[in-house]
Amino acid sequence: MEILMSILIGLLFASAVYLMLSKSLLRIIIGTGLLSHGAHLLLLTMAGLKRGTVPLLGEEATNYTDPIPQALILTAIVISFGVTAFFLVLAYRAYQELGTDNIDEMRGSKNND
Amino acid sequence: MINLLILPIIIPLLTAVILMFFAKKVVIQRWISAISLSGTLIASLILINKIDHDGIQTLNIGSWPAPFGITLVSDMLSALLVATTSLIALCSVIYSFYSIGKARENFYYYSIIQFLIVGVNGAFTTGDIFNMFVFFEVMLMSSYVLLVIGGTKIQLRESIKYILVNVTSSALFVITVGYLYSVVGTLNMAHISERIAEVDQPAILTVIAVLFLIVFGLKGAIFPLYFWLPGAYYAPPAPVMALFGALLTKVGVYSIMRTYTLFFYHDTGFTHEILAVLALLTVILGSIAAIAYKDIKKIVIYNIIIAIGVIVYGIAMMNSDGLSGAVFYLVHDMIIKAVLFLLVGIIIAITGSSDYRKYSGLIRHYPILGWTFFIAVLALAGIPPLSGFVGKLLIASGGFAAGDAVGALIILLSSLFVLYSLMRVFLNSFWGDPAGSSVNKDIPVGKLLIPVIALVVVAVFYGVCSEWINGYIIQATEVLMQPEIYIKAVLNR
Repeated sequence: MEILMSILIGLLFASAVYLMLSKSLLRIIIGTGLLSHGAHLLLLTMAGLKRGTVPLLGEEATNYTDPIPQALILTAIVISFGVTAFFLVLAYRAYQELGTDNIDEMRGSKNND
Repeated sequence: MINLLILPIIIPLLTAVILMFFAKKVVIQRWISAISLSGTLIASLILINKIDHDGIQTLNIGSWPAPFGITLVSDMLSALLVATTSLIALCSVIYSFYSIGKARENFYYYSIIQFLIVGVNGAFTTGDIFNMFVFFEVMLMSSYVLLVIGGTKIQLRESIKYILVNVTSSALFVITVGYLYSVVGTLNMAHISERIAEVDQPAILTVIAVLFLIVFGLKGAIFPLYFWLPGAYYAPPAPVMALFGALLTKVGVYSIMRTYTLFFYHDTGFTHEILAVLALLTVILGSIAAIAYKDIKKIVIYNIIIAIGVIVYGIAMMNSDGLSGAVFYLVHDMIIKAVLFLLVGIIIAITGSSDYRKYSGLIRHYPILGWTFFIAVLALAGIPPLSGFVGKLLIASGGFAAGDAVGALIILLSSLFVLYSLMRVFLNSFWGDPAGSSVNKDIPVGKLLIPVIALVVVAVFYGVCSEWINGYIIQATEVLMQPEIYIKAVLNR
């Protein structure tokens, strides 16, 4: 199962890198979304996907899944959510002010400061 | 008091929250933020004193025993950095009173600075690797806002690039923590160190060490990963630039220092060799760029990169001279870079341009400013009685002690480039004929200079009294050289 997840995460990273190297700002932001998705899945996979019940003591099982990575992922998700929201609004403002979403045209020049 | 070491984190945090309630009342904002930063500074000085007497302070949050909860650890290194951070933040905030402008102050400027200090002080104090990630994000989120606040075109443009780089490096940080957790199964830094020592650092841990180097190198701008810094630091106004230049990259350097002395000290032949080579390349490229530009902001920005290289070289040597030199130079560089950015801000406010060829003879109208700048440049280059000297001397002698004469010579030569790059600014803009340059005499330079002179006095004091400060530096280096002290203090063994 971990092998399968690793391949999937690798594909996510590959797509993220491809998108982040493109010119359009929105594609870049979609790339960062995929990147954080891959990172979160990696955290989950790296802690092991052994069989066990959900980490709720009321279940009274002998085995539970590791609760730490789930807490880490929850933290990382809200952080990347905050950053992505800020980034999207910034991209919107930049589109209004600079009049382009092409990252190549966002260069400093004498007339464009 | 056992909660002392959390005060430099909690005071700015509470202040930031309080400041949000009356964003439009600028005068109250200024008073509260200055008072709370003074409080943070005093708390951190008491903390230094406490550590000096009683050794490393640890605090298990929520009273969970060490590897299971989050532990805050304050050894002499983090306490010194926390005190320096608080001092620089206080001076930058006082400088902002007279320079940043109502438009920015009305939009939570002081509140965000407090959050930045929370992030930086937290990252220096934490003893948990994931908690460090969280404090990094607190710091970075505030830095995004500080970079873009005001919303001019250049700020918007550079913010996009800065955020993109940092989102990537944060994702990489999460990935690296994931890998490390799968190998050692713990997040507490002392416990990680202990477990790595048990398995004697197999190859996978060396890979993780290099990944950490990439992550922290992106934050701290070392050689192939510094490309984002010159543009991003060019955009914001002077006090924000001073905070960025003095604090943000140094957190990355501190993290490299911590991980490479606490975790990955078993296979130094490979990892520390990489570190040394990258550090020297950073110094060389920074020196080339620092003398290439005619723009004072760019010159100071590339001087940050040179200093990062020098400090990282000290870390890579892994002997007591190199490490204590790195600690000494780290504190010196934080103070002096803040001074330089604030001075550059004053010069730009006076002349309206950052190109030093456009003005000359400023010393006629602004003698105090001129001589302050002169002392700051000498201190940066490391002229003996001033602060940059002892650190660089120790780093170079660490290099010679490790048998790397070429590296040590490059470090020594870089001082020449540092001195040349900034002395050129001094000669061109302060000497010469005062005619023909547009000088604005309405700027209240006296008020702007007060925090700068305070910082310069600290820097001079730091150099002149280095004998007295050396006691603290030795204590900081001891923990870096012997990770057992750190582990013992955290895990109570």
